[in-house]
Amino acid sequence: MSAKNSPSSATPFWRDERVLQTFGQVVFVLLVGLFFYSIARNMVTGLARQGMALGFDFIKGMAGFDIGEMLIEYSRSSTYGRALLVGLLNTLIVSVLGIIFSTILGIILGVARLSTNYLVNKIAAFYLEVMRNLALLVFLIFWYLGVFLKLPRVKDAIVWPGNILLTNRGVGIPWGIPTETFGTYRLILLGGLVLASAVAVFLHYRGLRTGRPPLTTLWFFVTWIGAAVIGWIALPSAPLALDLPYVKGLNLAGGRILSPEFMALFSGLTLYTAAFIGEVVRAGIQSVSKGQVEASRALGLSGFQTLRLVVFPQALRVIVPPLTSQYLNLAKNSSLAVAIGYPDFFYVSSTVINQSGRAVEMISLVMLVYLSISLLTSLFMNWYNQKIRLVER
Amino acid sequence: MNKKLFAMLALVIVASMVLTACGGNPSTAAPAEPPSAETSAPAPTTAPAAPAPAQVEFTAPGYGGTLATVKERGVLICGVNSQVPGFGYVDAAGAFSGFDVDYCRALAAAIFGDPDKVEFRPVTASERFTALQSGEIDILSRNTTWTLQRDTELNGNFVHTTFYDGQGMMVPKDSGITDLAGLEGGTICVQTGTTTELNLADVFASEGIAYTPAVFDNADNTFAAYAEGRCDAVTTDKSGLVARRAVLPDPENHVILDVTMSKEPLGPMVRHGDDQWFDIAQWTVFAMITGEEFGITSANIDEMMGTATNPEVRRFLGLEGDLGLKLGLENNFAYNIIKLVGNYAEVYDRNLGPNTPTYIPRGYNSLYTDGGLLYAPPFR
Repeated sequence: MSAKNSPSSATPFWRDERVLQTFGQVVFVLLVGLFFYSIARNMVTGLARQGMALGFDFIKGMAGFDIGEMLIEYSRSSTYGRALLVGLLNTLIVSVLGIIFSTILGIILGVARLSTNYLVNKIAAFYLEVMRNLALLVFLIFWYLGVFLKLPRVKDAIVWPGNILLTNRGVGIPWGIPTETFGTYRLILLGGLVLASAVAVFLHYRGLRTGRPPLTTLWFFVTWIGAAVIGWIALPSAPLALDLPYVKGLNLAGGRILSPEFMALFSGLTLYTAAFIGEVVRAGIQSVSKGQVEASRALGLSGFQTLRLVVFPQALRVIVPPLTSQYLNLAKNSSLAVAIGYPDFFYVSSTVINQSGRAVEMISLVMLVYLSISLLTSLFMNWYNQKIRLVER
Repeated sequence: MNKKLFAMLALVIVASMVLTACGGNPSTAAPAEPPSAETSAPAPTTAPAAPAPAQVEFTAPGYGGTLATVKERGVLICGVNSQVPGFGYVDAAGAFSGFDVDYCRALAAAIFGDPDKVEFRPVTASERFTALQSGEIDILSRNTTWTLQRDTELNGNFVHTTFYDGQGMMVPKDSGITDLAGLEGGTICVQTGTTTELNLADVFASEGIAYTPAVFDNADNTFAAYAEGRCDAVTTDKSGLVARRAVLPDPENHVILDVTMSKEPLGPMVRHGDDQWFDIAQWTVFAMITGEEFGITSANIDEMMGTATNPEVRRFLGLEGDLGLKLGLENNFAYNIIKLVGNYAEVYDRNLGPNTPTYIPRGYNSLYTDGGLLYAPPFR
């Protein structure tokens, strides 16, 4: 047993478990490295044989093609880089709107699924089952070809109350156009936000002092909206002029025109992801033990109060991690836009690949961008998860 | 947390390299093949050990590689369209047919003496050049417009134009639009990854006409959206408009405007770096044109073989000289093309002639003797 005391003299290093473990790991890393190196080399030599060099200089070249929808200035004489930016913004807008609306709808569905009302419960169950078992691509194409392109032509547009025009060229909604007082109004909004935050902080501390739960969020919004309304009335002229959509020649004009591609992608993504979020919410709520609900009812809290103050805060811990992956799915699924012609980031990049012939560079760039979007989303959601987790004493 | 992020980032970058490398893989195999000795012409192959000072003729790397690969594989892989009737289309029986498809068959006939030794691979407008560059297809015959950028940056070489076309615009008859200016403020359906998309932007910018493009990634989606009334007009090559109009639900309700927005010389395209393959592809086109010029058809060619006295016709048919061997093919390659597929006029009539639903008048695509642009160099 003396060997155990002095392993260096008795156990040769090739039989020392610690050395072997480290050695094994080093060999593995080297093999993986070698594998990727050979693949990268293979690619570079392959490209060299075809007389092609890698490089991102082409990004500054003139794009030469037009894009149907853009949030920033863009024309055919802009650069490829600018075109990609237009696509990226289109991806972001549809993802952000999709996340917001699918969360709202998902929470409603999740709660409805647990409702004791037979009809509400069954309708939610039916919706969830149908949506979760559909292929998203099929669903998107259905919304595009089956719904939004089947709307009437511009001259026989359906008019919904609130002056919403439905046509196969897009959906026109009223929109505000900034007037000369808009700059001042923006300052008022900002001031309102500061004031509302102050109110919220005050309420929070008073709540801590008195022990009565304050409706912080509610008062925050009441203050802010109040400031916004007062500002709107107080200004000499309204900061936004109402612009109604109307039919002009071949197309819609005025207001804000949402293209059929955008509407199809947005509706498809939202309705589809909402089903998954609904299931996540249901699972989260069910994870809260029944005793908690019973205890809060025994304390005299109403049904809604129970949900808001007891169930949701605890359910949130279970909900947030899978919710994050649903958000990521939604953002990534937005690249299916390619099937219905919505000019999202992936769509624009495939046009750029085709017009510039830079497949390797562009695909790497596309992957990096989607990765960044996903990482930023999960970074934010992890921070939020950290914040809401149960503080154990 | 941070470390994890970086690790993931690194992984993705590496993964991107893997993926892209996979795309490049087949190509590395193809050109690497040494030029085989099947060329009976005194082709100086790359004998590495022997300096061979007697044969100082220079061969570029990759020379002859494509033909060797195709012969070894036993089948030609041809990138075609599958959505434009008359040019490249999958018919009800599931077979490929069309003008561009017949060119592939002619090339297979020239190489193997069998027009069916060809595998058609449908490629979309936006993936076609990558498919060609990566070696997934041996030749691209998919109504592709010859442009300088494609000739250089996209690493392609265009062989002789097989179809002279121009970009047109189709509108519904009841719209009453007769010229481009009538489309002011309208929406125009167009397919991505095409010269059409770029020409549209060019022409409308220079004429100062405002429009919104609705861009789709293949011809089927483009014309489906147009048929649903998503756009006021649809634009592509005029031949494509004629062909697609034939398969619209209501062909009689659509008119093609009498404007030509661009020159669109369409022809087969090969990769840079294999001049022998380029020559074969090029002379396959010339053989078809020359066949029409000499009046040699698949019907009368066997008779011609016996009676031809004109030296150029005899050279063409492989009865004299060794023109086919110079290309690395059988000496009677032109005979095989005409006999098994047909001359230019036959192929044209079969796919685009007056008896087809996709009738397009010959126009520029007539022999130079008839006032067209088809003019093949001599077989000598």
